[in-house]
Amino acid sequence: MDHVLALLKENARISLEDAARQLNLSTDEVAAAIDQLEKKGIIRAYTAIVNEDKTGGNSVTAVIEVNVQPEREGGFDRIASRLAFHPEVTSMYLMSGQYDLMLFVEGSDLRTVASFVSEKLSSIPGVTGTATHFRLKTYKHHGVLMERQHETERLQVSP
Amino acid sequence: MKPNDSKSLRSRLSATVTDLPRSGIRDFFDIVSQMKDVISLGVGEPDFTSPWHVREGAIYSLEQGQTGYTSNLGMPKLRHSIARYVEGFFDVSYDPDTEILVTVGVSEALDLAIRALCNPGDEVIYHEPCYVSYRPIIQMAHAIPVILETGPSDGFRVTAEKLRPLITPKTKVLMLNFPNNPTGGGLGAQDVKEIASLAVEKDLIVITDEIYSELTYDRPHVSIAAMPGMKDRTIFLHGFSKAFAMTGWRIGYSCAPHELTEAMMKIHQYTMLCAPVMSQQAAYEALKQPEEDIAVMKESYWRRRNFLHASFLEMGLPCCMPEGAFYMFPEIRDLGLTAKEFAMRFLDAEKVAAVPGTAFGACGEGHLRCCYATSMRELEVAVQRMSRFIGTLR
Repeated sequence: MDHVLALLKENARISLEDAARQLNLSTDEVAAAIDQLEKKGIIRAYTAIVNEDKTGGNSVTAVIEVNVQPEREGGFDRIASRLAFHPEVTSMYLMSGQYDLMLFVEGSDLRTVASFVSEKLSSIPGVTGTATHFRLKTYKHHGVLMERQHETERLQVSP
Repeated sequence: MKPNDSKSLRSRLSATVTDLPRSGIRDFFDIVSQMKDVISLGVGEPDFTSPWHVREGAIYSLEQGQTGYTSNLGMPKLRHSIARYVEGFFDVSYDPDTEILVTVGVSEALDLAIRALCNPGDEVIYHEPCYVSYRPIIQMAHAIPVILETGPSDGFRVTAEKLRPLITPKTKVLMLNFPNNPTGGGLGAQDVKEIASLAVEKDLIVITDEIYSELTYDRPHVSIAAMPGMKDRTIFLHGFSKAFAMTGWRIGYSCAPHELTEAMMKIHQYTMLCAPVMSQQAAYEALKQPEEDIAVMKESYWRRRNFLHASFLEMGLPCCMPEGAFYMFPEIRDLGLTAKEFAMRFLDAEKVAAVPGTAFGACGEGHLRCCYATSMRELEVAVQRMSRFIGTLR
């Protein structure tokens, strides 16, 4: 299962046949392992890693630090899940340190993100403060460098 | 005769060097390097660059102005790290102050070990197919190379049974290299135990080159140095090139009893002085998180091994499943070509380079060395082309 997961984390589009060959398993075994990973909720989705700077769009990403008042029952979870339901929020984490929640918010333009913060986020009861940082450029996303690296030369034949 | 007359210069060369054959790898390299867009299964190094923290460690040391000589034995902090690492991974302990020597790759360490041990006429048993430098190193020390041939029927292993008949009163040294370049063969705990007791019985010194040991896939690696009674008669060689993806840094090391280390150090200090300081810094950095660095690369080699092995079997090429390293040694004997002919025609027809098995010893005939430390995409194309090429031969 670990091997299947590691392989899919590198390349989720790999065919069952190729995965089976690389992992020394049958295609049925790989299919069953993936099925289990999905059923257990370990794999939640398959997606593409995109260099947004190259898509030509004007979409805006912001990282928002959010301070919230934890509740007596449930701590941060209830308010966090309310925030997470907003489709503008693409990633969200509970953090140690100066603030409580870190939100990644995406919008089609600056105004959309600004209005999300001022109208939706700030008005949620329990949110006590926010600090918004806009993304200027992406260097690396999900372990992938956005600039293609030039190939280093290797000798074609060596002992 | 003019002194710059090439014939006269040739006649002045040492007979030992004149008699050394050119490496078969080098011949092949010369041909491949003339061609464009070749997919190469002919490399002998990882396709990963050294981990970033290793490179960064070396850069930082240069910024700090660490550009001088180090101790002949190597930087003390590096030797201490090596001692800890070797004890943890191989289960043998060495004194970092007196039993560890940092060298310019395992290649230098092999040369030092043989030169430190051999008198002219001493016999050295080594196994073929093997790394290209073993035989020449023995010959340059005026010792007598004795070949133990390994083959696919027993997974290219050395066994005590095959070793015993080759031992004579003149045999001084046994050289081992497992996991093996070029076959991917490995030794099990029982093999190692039996070889060790024979070495003790016959009073042999063992030089064990375990450069690929971390890249052992299906069972734990067992070092002969850890067998009872062996530490005192073993020169254990290891380095950073393969598992740490650091070939170009040229850092290897030898672990051996003080008397042997001292003898090797004598040659090292007069010929090399010390290994490059920035490379030693990089090696020191590499030993800070070896498991993390190696695990990712090993998983990737493991997958590619599985892929290539299944592909060869599907093509109808007999091929042992490699236990370690990143080489596969499929058999092409039944296709009516010698290894060299196959490699040349395959290169010509399909632009894929694989090294003829004979580059690693005569008993490599009928085999190709295919290195799978190349991208999965290239491996897939290479496999398609190989399948097509074999189709034209059948």
